[in-house]
Parts: sequence; structure tokens; C-alpha cells
Amino acid sequence: MTHPGEITRRQLLRRIGMTALVVGPGAGLLSACATGGGPEPVASASAGASASGLVSATNPLGVDAKKPLEVVIFSGGLGDAYATGVHQPLYTKAHAGVQIKHVGTQNIGTQLRPRFLSGDVPDVVNNSGPEALDLAALAAEGHLADLTPLWDAPSVDDPGKKVRDTVTPAALENAKLNGKDLVLNYIVSHRALWYDSKFFADKGWTLPTTWEEFKALGETAKKEGIVLFAFPGQKGPYYQLWNMLYSAAKIGGNQVIIDIDNLVDNAWKSEAVKASVTAWLDVQTAFGDKSYLGLDHTQTQIKHLQHKVLFYPCGSWLENEMVKDKPKDFEYAIAPIPSITAADKMPYGAIQVGVGENFVVAAKGKNPEGGLEYMRLMLSKEGAKGFTEKTKNLTVVNGAAEGLDLTPGLVSAAKAQDAAGQNIITDARFEGWYKELFDYAWQQQNTLMAGRLTVEEYLDKVQKKADDIKADSSIAKQTRNA
Amino acid sequence: MERLRKYGFVAGFLVVPLTLYLVFVISPYIQAFQLALTSWNGYQRKPTYVGLANFGKLFGDEVFWQAIRNHAVILLVLPLLTIALALFFAFLLNLGGGSRGSGMRGVWGSTFYKVVFFAPQVLAVAVVSVLWKAIYRPDESGVINGALIKMGFDPVGWLTEPSLALWSLLAVMIWQAVGFYVVLFSAGMAAIPKDYFEAAALDGAGRFRLFFSITLPLLRDTIQVGWVYLGIAAFDCFALVQVLSVTAGGPDGATTVLPVEIYKTAFSYNKVGYASAMGVALFFLTITFAVLTLRVSRREKIEL
Repeated sequence: MTHPGEITRRQLLRRIGMTALVVGPGAGLLSACATGGGPEPVASASAGASASGLVSATNPLGVDAKKPLEVVIFSGGLGDAYATGVHQPLYTKAHAGVQIKHVGTQNIGTQLRPRFLSGDVPDVVNNSGPEALDLAALAAEGHLADLTPLWDAPSVDDPGKKVRDTVTPAALENAKLNGKDLVLNYIVSHRALWYDSKFFADKGWTLPTTWEEFKALGETAKKEGIVLFAFPGQKGPYYQLWNMLYSAAKIGGNQVIIDIDNLVDNAWKSEAVKASVTAWLDVQTAFGDKSYLGLDHTQTQIKHLQHKVLFYPCGSWLENEMVKDKPKDFEYAIAPIPSITAADKMPYGAIQVGVGENFVVAAKGKNPEGGLEYMRLMLSKEGAKGFTEKTKNLTVVNGAAEGLDLTPGLVSAAKAQDAAGQNIITDARFEGWYKELFDYAWQQQNTLMAGRLTVEEYLDKVQKKADDIKADSSIAKQTRNA
Repeated sequence: MERLRKYGFVAGFLVVPLTLYLVFVISPYIQAFQLALTSWNGYQRKPTYVGLANFGKLFGDEVFWQAIRNHAVILLVLPLLTIALALFFAFLLNLGGGSRGSGMRGVWGSTFYKVVFFAPQVLAVAVVSVLWKAIYRPDESGVINGALIKMGFDPVGWLTEPSLALWSLLAVMIWQAVGFYVVLFSAGMAAIPKDYFEAAALDGAGRFRLFFSITLPLLRDTIQVGWVYLGIAAFDCFALVQVLSVTAGGPDGATTVLPVEIYKTAFSYNKVGYASAMGVALFFLTITFAVLTLRVSRREKIEL
């Protein structure tokens, strides 16, 4: 999950300072670590560990405690204390005498790309942040371990159950890359519109369920000098792209997003996408404020906290991200996107619930069994609960948050998920598969929202980009069925 | 034997810097040229050679040409305005006070102004960007727009209007660069013998005449150096665009430059081969500019 909250201003400054050095005039320097021609990769150790005689009831994956384990964690918005304070102690407790090498970094790609090329790879990688590795490309080179043994291993909490039966189904679905189970998505997030429930109660306002009610509330808010909705145009504009895609899925069903992900011809020009983009452009034109096109996510979120913005499209990490700036009487709550047409395929209550925060095990590392075991412990109730305590994010582990004191925002998200039932909007995976298309779509969306493109022009442009990606044989294609 | 000792001595000193230069500057260049002929994505163990396909694609790439157009604007405006302003300030600081007593003086308080002009130069580009982000901020919290709103005007989207964004960035670049060239030109002016000014002043030359007939011709070499520096800087602009502009090069690519596109292509989209082709294009653009400038402006030196 890459959202701009993962990168603080200081990190950004440091990164810019560094990259400015690299990309001076004559950016040939960019490739400094390129075609070194590393050694041939060692034959992949079979992650199933069938060969090692270490497999037992307490050690189902056959971990050799003599082998050290190297874990690399992206220390961004979630920090890395959950790894050093929760998951790693679980691992050392389960396998007495084992050595763990922990690396916390904000530059996953920069640090690990050369290591994958040279063959000296860490065992577990939390691939996240703006410099994350391209997992599809790594998978194509056979660098990622198959997670099937992990899914089939007995769960830590109940040996009668397989790990695959203890996690939310989306985690299994999203593990697939090039048709294999390769990626563990660890957190669950809820995306829709966020608002201050206390403020609404004070004003006596109710959540709009239809687009007419949404616009009527916009008029009311306008009189009080409040903008109905805003998204950050300078950094984080893709919150609005998510918003428009999820609205389109609400109108035409999840197939709308699945088609876009699969690069189906004219997927962007479907009636549902057109209706969604038109509706949002209307709202932007009638109630929006162009100045937000020049603000970043933090500035916009602060203005949201100051009640200058009523609804903000984002995910459930928002509450924790803004915890330091949040006034006491501001209570984050999630609101489903109002129904755009009367004939929407999904009911008003549908929200997006997605999994994210990628973890992978290196197939050609020194200790792939250890890597899978580390994941198995992450997926234990104790590991997941500790993670939620440290990061205020829910995990894919079923029932792991039971008994925890959740924040109001998380409670509201959990309630919204209950209300949505089976009507869960799917995630748009082309964000990770074809980043170029994703970036193009939100860049052009800014132009659209600034009033310099019509809806038709916008969709034509994005569709053309999608066609270009489809035609580009150098880009590995992914497909999804559901 | 004597010669060998002498050159051996010199070579001994050169080995270390030369090796560093070869390893960290020359070899990456060669590698970039090699990678530009491949479709390498940064992960494959063996890059696939695709010949000149990357360059072919480059010629049809709208974003590439947009970046080139932006470079052209920066290349024209940045050196011209920076050098003009720097010359003006340097003249005032050093000679603008006219001749008093022995030699020429600057305007009153010139030492203080020198510090003021130079201050932006010591700030990191990232700091400058954050500073100007606050100045250009599009709502009432922005320094400029706050004032505009108070006076009853509509706020201006300095960085969000495609017609304004590049000029807003150029203003920052010039603001930051002027200080350095004021100091450079001041040093150049200090090297001009005072007698010339005194003689000219005795003959009744005013400040304008002094500037155009004495200062400017004798500063020619320094200005030329400044021009090349600023021209090369015009091909960079990476950090400023990356941090200050909306969506790194936006809106609509109005402020994008080649280094930003190279960075995105290589590290966000994993098209290292294609990014290297852009790098090679940038390399030739920079070299061509430097050679042309030095050729065109070559002239007989004026002996002092």
C-alpha cells in the first residue's frame, strides 16, 4: 500500500538531496549499479523443506534454528517497532538460539535491487514505500518464494486449521502474481469518504445516501464556508482516482474495475466510469475549491480537521496519520460514497475493503523456510494483535483485533464493513501492475478537475494510455478473474 | 631518468583522482550508453538488446518533447535574467557609489546587501523548495495569495496554472542563482584596475557609460563562464521541480524536465533501458550547449 502518508517531509528532503546528486546533468550516472553480471543464482532451495528432516508438529515448515534470518522492514508510516518488538521475539521464542538480522529502511528499492542482482538477498522483505521493488519483475526472475507451503501449514493458534483458513479471503486472492501465490498482504484498510461524526451530530446533518442529497448538503455547507469535498492535488491526487473508480464499481459492479485491471478494450469508456467521472466533476465544479489542486495531502488533511472540508476520500490509516494534529473533539468516521444513480448495481452501503502492505520471502535466499515461518508467526493471533496495537492498523488475520481497544475511526470502519456485508468494492490492482497507467490517470484527472479537459477527452486520453501499455510487449501483463 | 622521475611524481599524484573519476564518472556513462540499447527493467540478470528502438520511441514521446521545450525556455530565460540582474547588483555594490576618495565604491550599505544576495545560495534546494511552497501556497495561508485575498483579489494558482507554473519556478531559480553571480562578478570587477574608472570618470563618463564601456567589456570572460554554468544548470533543475511543482513536473507536464522524467521512468516504471536513452539524449544536449557557447563567444582576449 503506497499512500503519501508513508513519507514525511524530512524523508523526502533527504531523498531529494540524494537523488539530486545522482541525477545531475548527464544522468548517465543513473545506471551505476547496472550490468555487473552477478553470479548465477544458486539452485532454489525448496521452500517446502521436504528434504530437511526438521519437520515436526511444532516446526511444520522445517526451520533450521542454526540458520540466521534476515528481515528488511520499510520503516515508514507504520514504523518498524512491530517487527523488532512483536514478530521477531515470536520467532526467536519459537526457535531457540536463532539469529535475526533486522534492517529498517526507507529505501527498500535502492538498497535491495543491487542485492537481488548479486544474489545476496535478505529472507523476508516488507516491500513498501515510494521506492518499493517491482514484485512482478522479481517474480519473473524467480526471486519470490511460493507461499503455498505457508497457506497449507497449520495455524499457530489452532493446529487443526490451515493458515489459509485463518485469513481474510482477499489476502489469498491478492497473493497471486503471474498465477502463483507469492505475496503476503498483511493489513486490511477501508476506503471511502471520511468525515467528523461529532461535527455532523452538532450540526444535525445526516450522511447523504444519494447524489441529490450529497449536492444538497454541499449547498448547506457552502453557506457556512465549507467545501463539500476536496482531494490533494499536489501530492496524493490518486485518492480521488480511487474514489472515482470505486464510485464506478458501485454503479456497474466490480467487473468495471476488473476490466480496467485486465486492460480490456475500452474499459475506461464504460458507461459506469463515464457516469462516475461526470458526477465527481459536477461536484468539483459546483462545490470544489481549485486551491486544493496545489495543496499536498497533509495540508488538505489539516484543513479537513479544521472543518474547511466536509468529506475527504482516503483510507482507514488517515486517523493514525493525523493523530498528532487531531483536535480532541474531532472524531473520524467513514461514510460510504453516495449512490450516483438510482440503478446502481451495489447498494449505498458498499465500501472498499482492501488488503495491502506487501511482504515477500526470497526464493534464492539462504533461509526461505525461515522466511515462511516468520510469516506464519506474523499471521498468528499474537503477532497480528501486537501489530494492530503498535500501528493502529487491522490485519488480514480473522478475529485478531478482538478484545483490543480500537480507535473511533477503526470502529466506524468495522461497522461499515459489517453493514456492507457482501457488497465490498474491489481494489484496482493496475496501481501496482501498471504504475505508468495509474500515474497518468491521476495526472490527467487533475487537469480534468481543473476544468481543462472534458470527461470524454479525459477518458479518451486514459484509454489511449491503457492501449499503449497493452501493446507494449516489454511490460509483463497480469490478469485477474475476481 | 630525470624525466621519468618527474613524470612518475606527477602520475603518482594523478592515479587516485583519475581512478576515482574513471570508476565513478566515466564508467557509468559508458554503461548508460550500453543500457540505452537494451530493454533492461532493473531486475533481469541479462539485459535484452533492442538496438536503437529506445531512441526511436523517444522521438515519438510527447512527454520527452515537452521536457525539451521546457529546457529551451529555461535555457533562454535563466542565464539572461540571472546575469542581467547579477551584473546590475554587482555594479551597484562595487561601483555604483561613484568615485569617492581613492577608487570606486558601492552604494551605501553594500556589505549588508552582499550577504542578503548570497543567502539563498547557501540554502539547500530542498529547503528553498519548501520555503517557496509556503510563498506560492494557493490558499489564504500562502504568503502571496494571503496578501492578495486580504486586498480583495482572487488567489492565483502560481503552481497549478499551466501558463504560470514554469515562470513561478523560473523566478525561484533566478532568485537562488543571482547571489552567486553577484559575488562572481564582484570579484571580476575588483580585478579591473581602478585607473580605468578614474580616467573615464575624469573625462566625464557617467555610471551608465562606465558600466557599458568599461565594466562590461572587461568582464566578458567571467560572464561567459557564468553563461555556461547557468546553461548546464538549465538542463538539471531536478530537485526544484521534484519538490516544488505539483505532481513532480505538473500541471499537465508544464514544468517537467528531463532529469525528472528519467527518474520516474527508471525508478517508478522500471524502464531502465529507456531512461538511459533519455540520459544519453540529455548528455548530448548538455555537451552540445557547452561546446556551442564556448565556440560562439570565443574572442580575442583583452589584455589588461
